[in-house]
Amino acid sequence: MVRPGVARRIRGLSDRALAWLFITPTIVLLLAINIFPLLWTIYLSFTNYRANRANVPMIWLGADWYQSILTDPDIWAAMQVTAHFVIWTVVIETVLGFGLAYLIDKKFRGHGMWTTIILLPMMLSPAVVGNFWTFLYQPQIGLFNYVVAFFTGRPASSFQMLGDVTLSPWAIVIVDAWMWTPYVMLICLAGLRSIPDYIYEAAEVDRASKWRQFWSITLPMALPFIMLAVLFRGIENFKMFDMVNLLTGGGPGSTTEVASITLKRAAFESWRTGYSSAFAIILFVTVFGLANIYVKALNKVKSR
Amino acid sequence: MKRTMKTLVVACGAVSAALGVGAGITPAQAQGKTITLCWAAWDPANALVELSKDFTAKSGIGMKFEFVPWTNYADRFLNELNSHGSLCDLIIGDSQWIGGAAENGQYVKLNDFFKKEGISMDDYMPATVVGYSEWPKNTPNYWALPAMGDAVGWTYRKDWFARPDVQKDFKAKYGRDIAVPKTLDELKDIAQFFQGREIDGKKVYGASIYTERGSEGITMGVSNYLYDYGFKYDDPKKPYAMDGFVNSASAVKGLEAYKELYKCCTPPGASNSYMSEGLDAFKSGQVALQMNFFAFFPGLYKDPNVGGDKIGFFVNPAGPAAQATQLGGQGISVVSYSKNQAEALQYIKWFSGGDVQKKWWALGGYSCAKSVLNDPSFPGSAPFAKEFLQSMGMVVDFWAEPSYAQLLQAEQKRVHDYVVADKGTAQEALDGLVKDWKAIFKEEGKKF
Repeated sequence: MVRPGVARRIRGLSDRALAWLFITPTIVLLLAINIFPLLWTIYLSFTNYRANRANVPMIWLGADWYQSILTDPDIWAAMQVTAHFVIWTVVIETVLGFGLAYLIDKKFRGHGMWTTIILLPMMLSPAVVGNFWTFLYQPQIGLFNYVVAFFTGRPASSFQMLGDVTLSPWAIVIVDAWMWTPYVMLICLAGLRSIPDYIYEAAEVDRASKWRQFWSITLPMALPFIMLAVLFRGIENFKMFDMVNLLTGGGPGSTTEVASITLKRAAFESWRTGYSSAFAIILFVTVFGLANIYVKALNKVKSR
Repeated sequence: MKRTMKTLVVACGAVSAALGVGAGITPAQAQGKTITLCWAAWDPANALVELSKDFTAKSGIGMKFEFVPWTNYADRFLNELNSHGSLCDLIIGDSQWIGGAAENGQYVKLNDFFKKEGISMDDYMPATVVGYSEWPKNTPNYWALPAMGDAVGWTYRKDWFARPDVQKDFKAKYGRDIAVPKTLDELKDIAQFFQGREIDGKKVYGASIYTERGSEGITMGVSNYLYDYGFKYDDPKKPYAMDGFVNSASAVKGLEAYKELYKCCTPPGASNSYMSEGLDAFKSGQVALQMNFFAFFPGLYKDPNVGGDKIGFFVNPAGPAAQATQLGGQGISVVSYSKNQAEALQYIKWFSGGDVQKKWWALGGYSCAKSVLNDPSFPGSAPFAKEFLQSMGMVVDFWAEPSYAQLLQAEQKRVHDYVVADKGTAQEALDGLVKDWKAIFKEEGKKF
């Protein structure tokens, strides 16, 4: 029970003051754990700071780190690896995810059970997925190699998915697609279920073929959902770390060294805090910029 | 009411005390003095837990342990030290950390303590003192007590070597008897001989070697070849001058030889192998030879499938220029952020005792004390003791500079790119490594 005096004081507050009272804790928390670290990272990116040598005086370096990162061939190689990973995973997951959603939407017998089974991979932890795919890809005992051997007649231990320069970038794409296609399927399914039946009924009356219905109704109306799934997966995979780190550790050589692994090595193994802050800012700006352009395109599609 | 509460509290206290005694609370716990020791999670750590019970019994100080798997060991504890954490009172830190830990004030300098307690570094094997305790190297500035001696060695399938069919085929192919390899060329011959061979109806492979990319694996492996072929970290007369030492023609040949061994004679899928993958390959009967640290050898010898009479041990064979091996192992240090430094120092004093060191070796730890290693009975005390002793006389360590992690990452990348990913030539890899290391040292303000 609120004491009468306190109640009077609260009653005395204006709506604006009351609103501030409620949102202040959230704003303070946001500033403390989000905005301040971001500003601090930006500041550190212009210095020689190393977290393991806090006693060394900090020197202002200007844009030196930015210049050295943007002209470093190793960084560009890591960005290329990241781009390969992002583009292929998003393409495969979108095509397969939409295809699965289209099939599941047909509501055949047992479709509920199949939906649950298909969704299982995305419910697992990336650490678990990384570990058990390492076993699946093991050339001597791994199931993956045996399946390939069964269909191709090639000996199972004659190729290694994780240790081969050509195959390893695809090995990580396969695992990510296996894990996250169900997620794309779920979003696409929501899109397909949101299309009213009467539109199809009207198309039937107009004697539109199934193919025409798909291109003129299904795809355009599900497109905003597909684009949303692409946005989510694109951002997620741009910062992919855990699964790739467990599967290949960036190897063989630097073949699967995505940008996040390079960043982690610079930040927490080499302890080049200033350098890694600059790299983190570059990655942030890249994702933020690309996502903004994409969201504008998404809004255009939605408003059509 | 107050009186009833008081009675209850007293009664509860009495019951708790009785239960405490009944549950076997040690004097240390009774005093509330407990210190935490941080190390890697592996066989010797279990031996240390066993050994430390004596310390608790003697001192009344309780021991807690924080053991982390090797793959996360450096990340976890360097983070802890760099964030000035007080989780660890004592730390058994890797030999390469010593420069950074000393210069960044993370370890307590032990010179005064050693002097006061009569602990002399002359009582320890010289290589372990330089490798685990001193910073700067070869100066009497001590930051750790040598705790766990270790080096890279090799195991082989003694039972396979003894098979008449193997002996006959090997002699027919190479014109000599199959025996423990004395040179790296002989080692390659043996690995090549076993690669793809059928033993008891099972396909086996030549050797398990270090190829891991993420932490330090391939560097710890390739070094054993590089050192033997004449690689040096820098000019002995001019520190940090690396041209012609790191990337000398002989070092290039060493790197090429390691790649040849990887390509010809390792099991399929061995592109990211380190300690545990090597153990798995050997224990599952896949390989004839295994490169690994001596720390694992007591456990391997006890293995019911490949241990006992089936396993043999040998030191890293000689190369064209030298016979050397990669130093492993660690010293024990007191963390400067610890609130229990007095108790931690008490542990170090106890650990340095002669009897404790003997028991440490008996339990499966590798003592660095001369009193243990120079004892005439030592070489016969375990099937790998003689080889361990020999290895500790020929160890070379990686850079122990404050920037060691950066230096290590550069070598990991350059070597893995060449050996596993077939990128460029050995000469390009080592030239690139010199370039990377120079840049790192330049950033450090070193002059060369």
